[in-house]
Amino acid sequence: MDFKTFLFYLFATILVVSGLRVITARNPVHAVLFLVLAFFNAAGIWLLLAAEYLAITLLVVYVGAVMVLFLFVVMMLDINLESIRRGFWHHLPFGTAIGLLMVAEMATVLGGRYFDADILPAPAIAPGYSNVKELGRVLYTEYAYPFELASVILLVAIIAAVTLTLRKRKDTKALNSSVQLAVKRNDRIRIVRMAAEKEQGE
Amino acid sequence: MLNQFVAPDLYPAAPEIFLLAMACVILFVDLLASQRRWITPFLSVASLVGAALLTVLTASEFSVLTFSNTYINDALSSFLKLLTYLSVATALIYGRGYLRERNLDKGEYYLLALFATLGMMVMISANHFLVMYLGIELLSLSLYAMVAMDRESVRATEAAMKYFVLGALASGLLLYGMSMVYGATGSLEISVVAQALEQGAVNKTVLVFGLVFLVSGIAFKLGVVPFHMWIPDVYHGAPTSVTLFIGSAPKLAGYALAIRFLVSGLLDLAVHWQTMLLILAVFSIVLGNLAAIAQTNIKRMLAYSTISHMGFMLLALTAGVQGGNTTLAFPAYITALYYVVAYVLMALASFGMIILLSRKGFEAEELEDFKGLNKRSPWFALMMLILMFSLAGIPFFIGFWAKFAVLTVVVASGKVAVAVFAVIMSLIGAFYYLRVVKCMYFDSPRDMTPIQAGADLRILLSINSLAVALLGVFPQKVIFLCQYVLVRTF
Repeated sequence: MDFKTFLFYLFATILVVSGLRVITARNPVHAVLFLVLAFFNAAGIWLLLAAEYLAITLLVVYVGAVMVLFLFVVMMLDINLESIRRGFWHHLPFGTAIGLLMVAEMATVLGGRYFDADILPAPAIAPGYSNVKELGRVLYTEYAYPFELASVILLVAIIAAVTLTLRKRKDTKALNSSVQLAVKRNDRIRIVRMAAEKEQGE
Repeated sequence: MLNQFVAPDLYPAAPEIFLLAMACVILFVDLLASQRRWITPFLSVASLVGAALLTVLTASEFSVLTFSNTYINDALSSFLKLLTYLSVATALIYGRGYLRERNLDKGEYYLLALFATLGMMVMISANHFLVMYLGIELLSLSLYAMVAMDRESVRATEAAMKYFVLGALASGLLLYGMSMVYGATGSLEISVVAQALEQGAVNKTVLVFGLVFLVSGIAFKLGVVPFHMWIPDVYHGAPTSVTLFIGSAPKLAGYALAIRFLVSGLLDLAVHWQTMLLILAVFSIVLGNLAAIAQTNIKRMLAYSTISHMGFMLLALTAGVQGGNTTLAFPAYITALYYVVAYVLMALASFGMIILLSRKGFEAEELEDFKGLNKRSPWFALMMLILMFSLAGIPFFIGFWAKFAVLTVVVASGKVAVAVFAVIMSLIGAFYYLRVVKCMYFDSPRDMTPIQAGADLRILLSINSLAVALLGVFPQKVIFLCQYVLVRTF
């Protein structure tokens, strides 16, 4: 077992264990931190595959941005663990049985025969090969259409998020200064023509 | 490698580009002209009309590929896109008054509807598994937000949440299936996958394994048993105008999804996916029809009826290939297309009816609300009668011919028992459609409030319902059109 193989097994073991801890951890903050650990190890495996751009992106985007936001949300929300865990033990045997059945089925179908390293050898890497360059090349040429579509999906996500969260409060006391400045005399006072009245009691 | 790349021809994709540009323009116009409420709906329908014109202009005799073969423009895509514009525009016009009365007629509603339309167009024109997935996500994301738009309603929020979580799960299944297809064939381009399968140098076990997940994903998007759980809750919980939207045009995109993946891509695996679809179809027809009987809410009832109708559509897809013999392939896929078109026409009008009877502060979504409709408005009671008869498959409305065509093709493929079973289930299903008719004509009304809907809704709804009746008198027209389209495509 050379050093690379050893590293792969190391990363893979920590990845699987931390993945399991994400769903079993009692404290949601711990679950998020385990997810971060899982991402780190997945990035390590990608580095072993010479996919350095994906590894860096995973760290920058997921660990750096998404998970930090996630951590904030989890800390801010007061999650009642007891109510979430209710029924956990009740559903556990059935869930485990289904899960194991699916794992067994998938293992028999896929089990190494079709996705062995001999059948799908790693492509030879030319000298001067740059992972980033290759990705950038296909992203802006062959995959330009899916790439643009992904940006449209992000636009929709922005519109949807604003629509669902923006509230116009009716009881707000905020003043609109442009309306105040543009006000005319006629907006404020009303001149009423009426006959003069005598004071009572004269 | 870099110099081999040819800049894509944008012309075949003109409708999508136009609609995207218009959506961005409307985003700004809506911001600046927020006082004039009519502008956004008007512009939205206008851009659908513009996209329709462009679709007609760019329609071609042959299949045209562009964007490095990820986009396809053929007869099927043009036909389905035109129907999509029509049904989206109809849904927007039906829903306008309803939304105004509930203070939901924000510009974002129309924008999200346009983006959902764009997603459907992408799905319809996809020649690549990845592009299809992105189209589905674009459509679904817009729909989740539209369902949740009524923030005060707990039911709508719950429906949106359910839709979102289950939709994400289905997307995961679909992606996993795609990764297996990629693993086995080394490509995600639909025509390349088909070629690789034809040459037989691929690993079929892995492909069939992936196929299971692909079919599950498709079944979820169409809403057939056992992936139907979201349908009743979403149809019931969403504002009726959104239910109308979800229940109509996305079914056309769902047909495109099934045809592009299963027929264009994986036809050589037809033996496998036909068996899967047959099981899904039979269970959908049973559950849809039986569960609908127990409903007192008409939106829920129509939701279960959708499940059974989609089951019928899948039944037609199972008849295509028999033991390597593809003579029935054309009739089967034509019939499925005809069924979807007929269903979308009927679904638009029947949800439109619920909107018609609703008014400010009142939802006419219970069966009770249809009682004595004949005394309140004989004309619309007649329209509803046409729709219910057509949905039940009573001769001679379009729904009858659609069911008849499916049964013919299923019998021709040798599955007589399945056909007989489907007929029995349809007969049981006819009960709940006829119950609505009984409510309208033989019960006394609960309230005599006159119908308050606007003239546009009344006229369009009448035309829509009369189309259901008229196309039942001349069924050959639509069948011939579907036939023309599919023969040109394949």
